[in-house]
Amino acid sequence: MAKKILIIIPCYNEEENILKVISEIQKNSAADILVVNDGSDDKTSELAMAGGAKVLRLPFNLGYGACLQTGFIYAQREGYDFVVQMDGDGQHNPKDINTLLSMLMDDIDHPDIVIGSRFLQGKGYQTPCARWLGMIIFNTITSFILHQKITDSTSGFQAMNRKIIEFYASIHYPSDYPDADILILLHRMRFKIREIGVTMYSFPDKKSMHQGIIKPMYYVFKMFLSILTTLLRKK
Amino acid sequence: MVPQNIILSIIISIFLILIVFELVRRQKLNEEYSWLWMLSGWIILLLTIYPPFLKFVTWIIGAVVPASALIFCGVMFLLLICLHFSVKISTITNRMKKIAQEYAIMEAKIEEISKQMEK
Repeated sequence: MAKKILIIIPCYNEEENILKVISEIQKNSAADILVVNDGSDDKTSELAMAGGAKVLRLPFNLGYGACLQTGFIYAQREGYDFVVQMDGDGQHNPKDINTLLSMLMDDIDHPDIVIGSRFLQGKGYQTPCARWLGMIIFNTITSFILHQKITDSTSGFQAMNRKIIEFYASIHYPSDYPDADILILLHRMRFKIREIGVTMYSFPDKKSMHQGIIKPMYYVFKMFLSILTTLLRKK
Repeated sequence: MVPQNIILSIIISIFLILIVFELVRRQKLNEEYSWLWMLSGWIILLLTIYPPFLKFVTWIIGAVVPASALIFCGVMFLLLICLHFSVKISTITNRMKKIAQEYAIMEAKIEEISKQMEK
């Protein structure tokens, strides 16, 4: 029987990009597309629906993590075997969906989750200096704890199997930034994590969720606290 | 403590106890959020009307004057109340998140069923 695959796209005010992202995915994959609209005040939902995607509309903005988790709960209830999560701003290349899925399904290692890394093959991505430093720090910490090299712990381009979908749907999933802390949690729960090189595009003019002074400072604080409490929590 | 301190402290603590009681009676404040306020009021009242207790607290925290010990106790209770509310806000936020997620999934499901029925 054919495996059910769902592509989850968390969105907040992405009316400019969402149609293009959906049509690019449709060119590369026959999987169902689910757009989770995180309380956008533009036409993201209408455009996504017109593009042929299923749409979940959150009544107000819950944050990136909570928005993603809504998609995982939906995938779990609708009986999907695999999920690919990717951003709605066009920074992830839909051509890589099959790269992630083939590693997830066919790799002899049988990974539970495959992370698309922008740094593994150094394909077309530049980050601001401060953000690059933060990434280096958290990648190093994650690699040290996982005993395996992690080059992109902040990647939002991932493919996962049913076990991870069920796990994500049931846990206290971070509402804001599910990054290194979630990878460490997965490792503690003995899930197999693998990375594969993908192409990501950067948009220097686009407003990032890590922009400003307070948000990056909060991110660093939150991530350190979350990693520490994850390590100290009982399994 | 000087008499003015004692009188003011008694008035404030009794006022606090009464206002919290009245808010609970009018159902403007839930019992679960009232107990720390009530406890603060009673402890301040007890410290004021029973001097050996206040002297003991003053000695324990190393304060020079009993009035400082009283203020210290008040600040400690405020910190405790703030922490208590932060825990409650976190619980409410998590519940609100769950409700919003369920709402989004149910809304999509209802839309899907209505479309199927229209066909």
